[in-house]
Amino acid sequence: MKIIKKLGLTLFIIGLVIFTSLIFIGKYELTESTFDSYVKSRGFKSELFIDDIQKNVVGKTYSNQFELSSDITSALENANETYKKEQQWDKVIWDKPHSLSYSLIKPSAKGIVVDNQGLFFFLTFGLGIIGALMFIIPDVVLLGPPGIKNNGIYQSKATNRGWIGYLAFIYLVSFYILLYFYADYIVNLVYLVDPISKSLSGNAASQWFLYGFLYCTVMVVMGIRMFIKYRHNKYQVIRTASVLFFQIAFAFLIPEILVRFNMPYFDFKNAWPLDYDFFFDWNIKSLINSGTLGIFMLVWGTIFSIIIIPIVVYFYGKRWYCSWVCGCGGLAETLGDPYRQLSDKSMKAWKIERYLIHSVLVFAIIMTAMTLYTYFTGVDSLFGIKTYDLQFYYGFLIGSIFSGVIGTGFYPVMGNRVWCRFGCPLAAYMGIVQRFKSRFRITTNGGQCISCGNCSTYCEQGIDVRAYAQKGQNIVRASCVGCGVCSAVCPRGVLKLENGPEEGRIQENPTLLGNDIDLMKMLKDK
Amino acid sequence: MKHVVIIGNGISGVTTARHVRKMSDQKITIISDETDYFFSRTALMYVYMGHMPFKNTQPYENWFWEKNRINLIKNRVEKIDTDSKKLLLKNGEEITYDKLVLATGSKPNKFGWKGQDLDGVSGMYSKQDLDAIEKYTKNIKRAVIVGGGLIGIELAEMLISREIPVTFLVRETSFWNNVLPKQDSQLITNHVKSHHVDLKLDTELREIIPDENGRVKAVLTSKGETIDCQFVGLTAGVSPNIDFVRDSKIECNRGILINRHLETNIPDVYAIGDCAEQENAIGRRRPIEQVWYTGRMMGETLAQTLCGNRRQYNPGHWFNSAKFFDIEYQTYGWVTARIQEDEQDYYWESSCGQKAIHLVFDKNDKSFVGINTFGIRLRHEMFDRWLNEKKSIEHVLEYLKDANFDPEFYKQHEEEIINGFNQKFNANIQPKKKSWKRIFTTF
Repeated sequence: MKIIKKLGLTLFIIGLVIFTSLIFIGKYELTESTFDSYVKSRGFKSELFIDDIQKNVVGKTYSNQFELSSDITSALENANETYKKEQQWDKVIWDKPHSLSYSLIKPSAKGIVVDNQGLFFFLTFGLGIIGALMFIIPDVVLLGPPGIKNNGIYQSKATNRGWIGYLAFIYLVSFYILLYFYADYIVNLVYLVDPISKSLSGNAASQWFLYGFLYCTVMVVMGIRMFIKYRHNKYQVIRTASVLFFQIAFAFLIPEILVRFNMPYFDFKNAWPLDYDFFFDWNIKSLINSGTLGIFMLVWGTIFSIIIIPIVVYFYGKRWYCSWVCGCGGLAETLGDPYRQLSDKSMKAWKIERYLIHSVLVFAIIMTAMTLYTYFTGVDSLFGIKTYDLQFYYGFLIGSIFSGVIGTGFYPVMGNRVWCRFGCPLAAYMGIVQRFKSRFRITTNGGQCISCGNCSTYCEQGIDVRAYAQKGQNIVRASCVGCGVCSAVCPRGVLKLENGPEEGRIQENPTLLGNDIDLMKMLKDK
Repeated sequence: MKHVVIIGNGISGVTTARHVRKMSDQKITIISDETDYFFSRTALMYVYMGHMPFKNTQPYENWFWEKNRINLIKNRVEKIDTDSKKLLLKNGEEITYDKLVLATGSKPNKFGWKGQDLDGVSGMYSKQDLDAIEKYTKNIKRAVIVGGGLIGIELAEMLISREIPVTFLVRETSFWNNVLPKQDSQLITNHVKSHHVDLKLDTELREIIPDENGRVKAVLTSKGETIDCQFVGLTAGVSPNIDFVRDSKIECNRGILINRHLETNIPDVYAIGDCAEQENAIGRRRPIEQVWYTGRMMGETLAQTLCGNRRQYNPGHWFNSAKFFDIEYQTYGWVTARIQEDEQDYYWESSCGQKAIHLVFDKNDKSFVGINTFGIRLRHEMFDRWLNEKKSIEHVLEYLKDANFDPEFYKQHEEEIINGFNQKFNANIQPKKKSWKRIFTTF
C-alpha cells in the first residue's frame, strides 16, 4: 500500500513537472492571415501597431512565447504612446497588452504540444490524476478504521508551513499570476484542453476554460480524498458531493453548453456581489439581447442575489451557499482541506477580518451602484470618480489579486478560506444576515467541553470556537460557513450545527457547566 | 486590596482566578512551575499526535493575563507557612497571601515497581511528561503501557498514531470494567483490539528491566512473560500532588481535606480540583474527583466564596465524557460497573459494534438513573432536566429523539433502541418526534 502511495506521488510529480515545463517548449509563428483576420475582426485603426507587427513579427519563427509576447506588447505600447501624445484617441487600442498578445499567440503556437494534444493531456492531467488517486486511495486502508484522521498534520512539512507548504504557495501564486495577467505565456497549457472545449461549447479553449477544467479536476480528486477522510461523517460526505455537483454542473458544464446553443455564458448559482460584474453594462446588454432566456437569467440573477440568498440564510445559515454550493468554497473544502488548520485564530486576526471583508462589501456596493447609475443615466462619473475606474480597480484588486492570487495562492500559509474570510463580499453580506437574523447556530452541549482546542484549530474561518464552547455558549458568528468540521473533530460530542428557533439562539446558557442552577444563575446575573 | 494566591495553573485554579476577576478587584497571583500559561491538559495527547501545536492547547491568548491583571509566576512553592500566611518559593522568594487556593492537581501513580524511574519510563500527565514521551519514543520498536484507564488508552492512541507497536497491560479482565458495566467494557475492549493494540488483560507489571545504560530494555509481567520494549508508560491512575503540603498544618488524607465549602482546616486556605478530598463524599461521587469538569465547577464555586458570597460546593448531576480511539463516550447520571440491587438496566448495541447505549433505572418507581452512550452524542441539557424532574425510563425513551446530538444526516437509532426495550420489558413505548419547543423549554 505504501508503495502504491509513493508511486502515485512520483507519477503526480512527473505530471506536474511536465505540465509546468510545457510553458518553456514549442515554437510560435504569427502568420499573415491570422494577423489580418484578427485586425479585421477587431477593427483596429492603429497603423503604427499594424505596421510594426507586420514588419517585425509576422512570418518570423519564435522559439519561445516570451519574446513573441514582448514584441507584440511593446509594439502595442509604443503605438499607443504615440497616438496618445498626438491625441488621436480613435487609434489607441485599449486592450490589456497581454490579453491582446494572448489572442495572437494562441493561434500562432506550433510544435509538439499542439500536434499531440491527446498525448500531452495524458502526460499532464492524466498522470496527475492517476498519481494523485494512487496517493489518496490507499488511505482507506492506511489510515485505519473510519474516524478523525489528523495524525501528523503539525509534523508534516506540507501542512505546517514547512518547505513543501512554501513551495506549494509559490507555485499556486505564480500560476494565478500567469493565469490572470500573463495568459499569453501559457497557451500551450490551454492547448491541452482544446479538444474538450471544442466538444463542449464548440469553441477553442481560453485560459478560463483551462482554469475551469483544472478547477473541476482538482476538486474531484481532492473531493475523493474528503470522501475517504470523512467517511464516518455523513454531513461531510453529502456536503462534499453537493459542492462537487454544483461546481461541475452549474459552474462548468451548463455555461459551456449554453454557449454551444448561442446563449450567454451563465452560472445560475453565482450571486452578486461575488459575481461582481453581473450588473456591468456589457453583461446586462448581452443578457437583454439574448431573448427570453437572457431576460430570465437577468431576473433570476437579481432575485437570487437579493431575495433567495438572504431567505435561505435565514433558514439554514450561510453554510447552504458557502460550503454546499459555492465554487470558491468548494475548492477551499477540497483542495484546501489539508490547510484548514493554518487560519489565524487570534483576536487581532478577527479584527482585521471584520474591517477588511466589510470594506470589500462597501466597495462592491458603491461600484455596483455607480455602474447602475451610469447604465440608467448615461453619466459616466459621479463626484469626479469614473465608473470605469472603479470597475477596473475592483476587478484588478478584488476580482483578480484578492480572490485569486491571494485567495487561493495563500492556502498553504494562511489556511483555505483566505478569500471567504477576509474578502468575499457575498460572504460578508450573508454573514450580516446570519449574525442578526437566522435560525442557524452551533449548539454547545452543556458543560461537556474540555477546552482541548481541536475545534478552534480546525476552524478554517479562524473562529475561536473553543472560547464559546468552554463557556457553554452557542456559536453565532457572521463568518461561520458551517463546514461542520469543528463538530467532527470534537472528541467529546460538544458541538452540533443546528437550525432552530431564533429564540435563545445566542443567549449564554451555562446552566449546565455542571454546578447547580442557583449558583449558575448568580454567576449569570453578575 | 486582598491578595488571592492560587497554586496551580490548571483548570481549577484558572477558573477560580477568572471568576474572582469577573466579580472583584482583588489582587490575583497564580503560581505554577509546569508552564508559563494555562493549557488544556486533556489536549496534550493531540500535540503528540500532530493534531495541534502546543500553543493551541492554551485557551487564552498570552495577552489575556495581563489585561485581566492576573499575575503569573513560574516557580515552585516549596513551603506553606499558614501562621504568617507566607509561601516560600524554590528561588528563595517569599510571597504573602490573604487567601490561598491549592489547586495543584495530580501526579501519576507509581506503585514501587522495580525500575519505575528508569530512562524511558514516563507517566502521561504533565507537559514535562509529554516532553519525556516525545524524547523517549523516537525510533523505538515497541512500547508497553501499564494500567487500563482513560489515560492509558489515550497514550495507546498516541503511540499508535506514530505507528509504534503497543502492548497494553491491564490488571482487569476487560478494559475499564471497574467503571463500565460488562457489555460497555467489552465493546471498548473489542475496539481497542481492532486498533492493533496488543492488549494483555488480567496482567500486571512485575518489574521494568534496564539495559547497560540505565534505559528501559524490557518489562516482566505478572504472567512471567518478558516483553522487549524501549518505552514504558505508567498510567495506573493518578493521586493528589500534595507532597509539599504535608509538611504544613493543612490537614491531608490522600488529598487535602476539605468541607463542602472547599475550605481546609486552616482559615483562608482552600483546596479544589484533583488535589482536594471531600471529608464526606457528596452523594454517589467519590471523595476525590479527578475530572476536568469538577475542577471547573469547584473553581466557579470557590470564586463566589472568595468574593464574599460563601458558597457550598453543590455539583449538579454527574456527567463525564471520554473518547476511546474512534468511539466517543458520554455519561449522564449514574451507571456503575455493577448495576445496583434496586436498579434495572437495558443495554442496546448497534450491529456495527461501534455504537451502544446503556440505560439504568429504578426497579420500583422506574425513575431514570443514568445512561452511558457510545458513538451516539446526547444532549446534556435534556438529561440534566430529566434527572432533575425524576422522569421515568418510559419518558426518557419516548422523548429520546429530543436528546440526540449527532451531526445532521447521521443514522438515528431511537426506534431500534425502543423496540429492543419494548421486547425486553414487555412495554409499548412509541417514540415522539423531535420537538424544538420541548428542547428549548427550560425550567
